[in-house]
Amino acid sequence: MATEIAPAESFLPSPELRPREADLFNIDAALTEEERAVRDSVRRFVDEEVLPIIGKHYVDGTFPKHLIPKMGELGVFGANLPEEYGCAGLNNVQYGLIMQELERGDSGIRSFASVQGALVMYPIYAFGSEEQKRHWLPKMATGEVIGCFGLTEPDYGSNPAGMITVAREQADGSWVLNGAKMWITNGSQAHVSVVWAKAVPHGQTEVGDERTIRGFVVPTDTPGFRARDQKGKLSLRASDTSELILEDVRLPADAILPKSGGLKSPLMCLTQARYGISWGALGAAIACYEEAVSYSKNRVMFDKPIGAFQIQQVRLADMLTEIVKGQLVSLHLGRCKDLGTFTPQMVSLAKRNNVNIATDIAREARRLLGGNGILAEYASMRHMANLESVYTYEGTHDVHSLILGQAITGHSAFK
Amino acid sequence: MKIAVCIKRVPVMEVKFAIAKDGASVDETGLKYDVNDFDLWAVEAALQLNEKNAPGEVTVISLGPDAASEQIRKALSMGADKGVLLKADKVPGDAFAVAEALAAELKAGAYDVILFGKKSIDFDNSATGAMVGELLGLPVVTGVSKLEIAGGKGTAHRAVEGGVEVLEFPLPAIVTVDEGLNKERLPSLKGIMAAKKKPLETKPAQLGGAGVTVSKMELPPERAAGRIVGEGAAAVPELVRLLQSEAKVL
Repeated sequence: MATEIAPAESFLPSPELRPREADLFNIDAALTEEERAVRDSVRRFVDEEVLPIIGKHYVDGTFPKHLIPKMGELGVFGANLPEEYGCAGLNNVQYGLIMQELERGDSGIRSFASVQGALVMYPIYAFGSEEQKRHWLPKMATGEVIGCFGLTEPDYGSNPAGMITVAREQADGSWVLNGAKMWITNGSQAHVSVVWAKAVPHGQTEVGDERTIRGFVVPTDTPGFRARDQKGKLSLRASDTSELILEDVRLPADAILPKSGGLKSPLMCLTQARYGISWGALGAAIACYEEAVSYSKNRVMFDKPIGAFQIQQVRLADMLTEIVKGQLVSLHLGRCKDLGTFTPQMVSLAKRNNVNIATDIAREARRLLGGNGILAEYASMRHMANLESVYTYEGTHDVHSLILGQAITGHSAFK
Repeated sequence: MKIAVCIKRVPVMEVKFAIAKDGASVDETGLKYDVNDFDLWAVEAALQLNEKNAPGEVTVISLGPDAASEQIRKALSMGADKGVLLKADKVPGDAFAVAEALAAELKAGAYDVILFGKKSIDFDNSATGAMVGELLGLPVVTGVSKLEIAGGKGTAHRAVEGGVEVLEFPLPAIVTVDEGLNKERLPSLKGIMAAKKKPLETKPAQLGGAGVTVSKMELPPERAAGRIVGEGAAAVPELVRLLQSEAKVL
């Protein structure tokens, strides 16, 4: 028998499954066994596959493509869509926890999954024909087919109703698309793009208003479709962001998403994605908080760990409190989504709050880490920079303020 | 081929343990639990054997409280076919009491291979698998780092001091699994959903009498703070003296 007691670390079954210090408030108790099981599987995937490599990808400005089939095998793409289309059939809390864990790795990884699932698979599922669903969804669930979502245009970001991309119906019922899209995640690596355009029926020349917006499933090898990566990003560096150029892109009649109609269709997709982002941002915040906690216990200054100084304790207490509040917001939202009682305004509140607190937490964590906090070896500054994109995309913080303002006062500040 | 895997619910070790009021058990407040990691490798081995020797069936058995069904579900979500919970509110520290209950359940199952983890990371007895083998009168191979089953017999590698021992054995047999045999798969999200629909039977554990009981638990003594004996080369003689006379490591 050994007489020395080995330190606990040396016989950990799986160190990555350690109870998280961020769970001081015991959020786990509000989750079911299956919800925790999903969270733990993705958590471990991120610990083993993402965290060791993501810093280098971020610095190099590359998306870790080799993770796509592995994420597909795990089942994270479109995980809340039904099993009959090759998806996992999870509830929305499970889906949210997946987003949380992926973004604990990196916002770029979570963005990939959000786009694939909520912005491409979801519209095909919600607005597509049975043939479109059977053709695309199973291959997208495995990651064999990668998708992108073309809504935003260079001059129409917060105001997609003004889009100029147009789809003109031909005499034979086929379509010709012209226009340009920008800030398109996965654009250059996608096999298929869901492009939103104003549809002009055959025999008509005038382009209509936002009510004419329809979705089109565009294979990216269609002649006239081009994607070009946007260079020089200082945020979301481990993610491909592209512009799409559509020049006389000819599509068959069945390329249209038959049940799409009006701007509300893409906005429904965004509501799905924003729901996931409200969870995802918490993942980034948890990563920063845990890094800060660990650093505060190990970094000695003036002969004691910096965590023993009141100023850092206040920082950490604030971080944890905001994370817990955000978790309760997202959890309630997820339960409402499962019940069918959630509203886009609730999603706006959650996305706005959770991303905002995550940006603050990332910055405070970076500061707590002192000089080391600016290195890619640590995660906080990477998350801090990423979250500026998350703050801006999927409805900027300000736009969500106005959505809430309209809901509260009854006055629209948009028009 | 019918395969059984016995798994144990154990506390996740990343916590500071406290001794309960009775002085002879661990305070379970705030502990989180998972499948014993050696048992996860046993589950993985069973799934791999089953994939190679299809058609077959993998049954996961655990002795523990109701909450141990969560650990059984984890094995089911990895791909095992069905589970049995031998319910015991308190798991005895005496491996023999547990072995008798497991043997009673396993006897009826006509399994070709019964897998265990080499040991559990909580009580660390390395005894249960071997005891079950003895109770069932089956060949036992412990601490296996490589395993093949073909043509009604098994071949196993065991790491021994400075080398490898290769063993052959007829089926049915009991095999306990060591680190290094495999790396367990992650439960896929579809697997987690499928596990909900797989059969999990609960029955009372027929625990054997405990020959050994835990009478007392103690935490290791607090380590004394370190001491700085000086700086630079001038401190070396004093340091060497202390290493010889006090620490007695030189």
